[in-house]
Amino acid sequence: MNNTPEKGTTAMEPLVSLRNLKKYFPIGGGLLKKAKSNVHAVDDVNLDIRERETLGLVGESGCGKTTIGRLALKLLPKTEGEIYFRGQDIYKYNPDQEKKFRQQAQLIFQDSFSSFDSRNRIGDIIGEPLIVHNIAQGSELEDRVAELLKTVGLKTDLMYEYPHTLAAGQKQCVGIARSIALRPSFIVADEPISALDVSVRAMVLNLMKSLQTSQDLTYMFISHDIRVVRWLSSHLAVMYLGKLVEYGETEEVFNNRLHPYTEALLNAVPIEDPRDRDIEKSILLGEVPSPVDPPPGCRFAPRCKLAKERCRQENPVLEERRPGHLVACFENYHGDSEI
Amino acid sequence: MGMGKYILQRLAFTVVVILGVSIMIFLITHVIGDPVAVMLPLQASEEQRVALTAQLGLDKPILEQLGIFLSDAARLDFGISWWQRVPCINVVMEKMPATLLLVTLACLIAVVVAIPLGIAAAYKPGSLIDRLLTGGSLLGISLPPFWIGLMLMLVFAVGLGWLPTSGIGSWRHVVLPAVTLAFNPAGHLAQIVRFEMIQQLASNYVLTARSKGVKEIVILFRHALKNIMTSAITMLGSDYAKLVGGLCATVEVVFGWPGFGHLVTDTIHNLDFPLLQTEVFFVAVFVCLLNLLIDILYAFFDPRIRY
Amino acid sequence: MANKPDRKKRYSLMVRFRHNKVAFVSLIILILIFIVTIFAPVFTSYSPTSGTLSQRLQAPSFTAPSEGASPHYLGTDQQGRDVLSRLIYGARVSLKVGFVVAIVGALIGITVGMLAGYFGGWTDMIIMRLVDIQASSPTLLIALTFVMVLGPGERNLIIALLINSWTLFCRMARSQVLIIRGSAMVESGHAIGAGNKRIVFRHIMPNIISPLITTFVMELAHFINAEANLSFLGFGVQPPTSSWGLMIGEGRQYITNAWWIVLFPGIMIGITVLCLNLVGNWVREEFDPLAVKR
Repeated sequence: MNNTPEKGTTAMEPLVSLRNLKKYFPIGGGLLKKAKSNVHAVDDVNLDIRERETLGLVGESGCGKTTIGRLALKLLPKTEGEIYFRGQDIYKYNPDQEKKFRQQAQLIFQDSFSSFDSRNRIGDIIGEPLIVHNIAQGSELEDRVAELLKTVGLKTDLMYEYPHTLAAGQKQCVGIARSIALRPSFIVADEPISALDVSVRAMVLNLMKSLQTSQDLTYMFISHDIRVVRWLSSHLAVMYLGKLVEYGETEEVFNNRLHPYTEALLNAVPIEDPRDRDIEKSILLGEVPSPVDPPPGCRFAPRCKLAKERCRQENPVLEERRPGHLVACFENYHGDSEI
Repeated sequence: MGMGKYILQRLAFTVVVILGVSIMIFLITHVIGDPVAVMLPLQASEEQRVALTAQLGLDKPILEQLGIFLSDAARLDFGISWWQRVPCINVVMEKMPATLLLVTLACLIAVVVAIPLGIAAAYKPGSLIDRLLTGGSLLGISLPPFWIGLMLMLVFAVGLGWLPTSGIGSWRHVVLPAVTLAFNPAGHLAQIVRFEMIQQLASNYVLTARSKGVKEIVILFRHALKNIMTSAITMLGSDYAKLVGGLCATVEVVFGWPGFGHLVTDTIHNLDFPLLQTEVFFVAVFVCLLNLLIDILYAFFDPRIRY
Repeated sequence: MANKPDRKKRYSLMVRFRHNKVAFVSLIILILIFIVTIFAPVFTSYSPTSGTLSQRLQAPSFTAPSEGASPHYLGTDQQGRDVLSRLIYGARVSLKVGFVVAIVGALIGITVGMLAGYFGGWTDMIIMRLVDIQASSPTLLIALTFVMVLGPGERNLIIALLINSWTLFCRMARSQVLIIRGSAMVESGHAIGAGNKRIVFRHIMPNIISPLITTFVMELAHFINAEANLSFLGFGVQPPTSSWGLMIGEGRQYITNAWWIVLFPGIMIGITVLCLNLVGNWVREEFDPLAVKR
């Protein structure tokens, strides 16, 4: 991963690039009072996603992964930093470029149904992006919608139905159909299967994988469940309280955990055989502290069994400790047991 | 934030409101209206017009006039009533008590009638008494109060001769106007008491209490009633303010009751600008203070709202 | 999108309406009043503004006063005018004032409220302060002030009532928009690149219509009442035109010997307002069962 965007090169230029990205939410304050504290939702994050990669973004609730997804799509205003799409700063777009960006970068919701106007039929919902961008109308629109429904594995008759008549898995597939309607190159999938029954999850995951090939997609896959991320992702980024703590290729990170938090996340995976469960393995202490005005030092220090004095004073920076594998930690942890 | 701070905030807001209202009234009467044209007969000459304008201080720039008006108002000096030739404030103060008496009585009647009926209806939803109550309260809200007054007067004063038709003096004089005025707040109150009570009686804590064998009366008075107090008080307070603020006017006119509402009507017929300004100011202050009082009462009844 | 009939439909609006008999009957009554009002000349041949003095203060009867004329079913007033006729033409005035104020107030209030709710920030703050101040002001008195300054009459009455009519609609529309604004539906709209205009008018507005309809109906009832109040006091519609409130005001002094002049207009006001309230209540209960009564 580069630390500076190299705009001259084309082949290795990342599709999406986040630089020193910060998002703070002020709390308190009102009409005349300025806010005194901030929630550091995303704190100085640097990230690259190359074409046809799937970046699995994992962490507990409140770590900022959802916020990063929204920021990358310009659905939330940033506080500081830059976001590049195909080498261009998305905050410097003119209206035309902005419109094109919207065609190129899309979102899959955790609960697609809530994103629908439930007074519209499925066909209208899926077809709306095409109408907004003046791509198709009338019978051509209907054809396109039918095609999209087929692509996600649904019967074309469904386009005349209202969303509330569909099953959860079908709703999610409709959401996916809507997001690929404009043939984007980049999709942020925000916990796309978390709200689904286990049996349906596989179906959706398979759909997403096949779409990646057929539609030439790049994914940012956000999830709190590190297991599903493993299957779909080429790269893994672990977040904690707004900071990126570990990054690398999926299998590399899984087999060589360099950050104690990553280890803890992986150990949260229930192990089937009770005899294999070793409580000592857990290196997590206590609860997640608040992301409001965080104290100096490593964010994870209060819960880290390995924390030393330096960890509480200084903030560790991301460094490459193994080829292509970065971590932000002062200690030299290396979890290499089989997972 | 503590109670004290909350009160201060609300008082500040009150001041803003009163300021806003005063400015609004001032603008309406001085910018849109023309007091001079109103006061002079049609044949008045130009010199008379100019003289009167100067005398009333209306030739000064608008902002200066506004400033004078506001500073006077702060000292409770509203000038002299054109119609009655005495200080406006005296006129208003003289008529206010009669209205306060009337409206207070009306609201008391409303409380005494509506709350028990509302509770009774809540206990037996869909029954005859419930439907009578709902129908009655809707009628009470829909029929114009002045008409109700006239009908009552027709029956009880003219027809049966039990009560006087108008005026003030004995307890007999206040019965008809107060009862008339009570219909509207009673209707509102009955509806809201019934609605809230039904919700309370269906809630989990009542179910629990009943299953523990707590007596119905106790549940009712110690728990359910207190919980509906905030809504009931809001409704009653709002109606009270509206009544004093002018809705009593038609009823007072019907019964010849010498109160604030009747005064406002006469003020307008007489085109008495300063007096109307005074009246509006007073009502604005009254309504704001009343709202503040209600908000404070809230805190007593609903422990969840602790400012 | 082709409108292939939706097979799995909840039962339609009209069917639900019919299930609630009270509301349905109220609506029918309102429609009847409306029809009679519009087609007034069909229902009465008497002029509402001029009458025969020799016929003054006649009690309601079924006998014709003269050859070829129809009976004064509801009597005559102090100027010999047919009360029924005055009632019907008066309805035109009362309903017209009510409707105009409600519609204009709704248009202004809803637009402003939607803007305040959608854009938030300073826009919202300023608008809401204005609404708060207006809502805390004595609305009747301000209307009366307008009347005093501009003079009585139908047009000025409408202006006076308009000053306050927008605030409730504004609050309602704003709170509805706020509920929807943070929703995933709006976010999804942004994600696909839809502009603000499309989101507001194609998605937000249709979803907030029903509580607004309730508000509209209730406010209509309120303004009809307000017109009656002001006309009764002599500040609204001026003679010889009739409105329900004015009839009661004029007939007041004759109440002892000609009670019909006062009785019938009052009943009409009561019925109209009552039916409007019932229909409004039904709309609210059907579409928003969590709403608390005002």
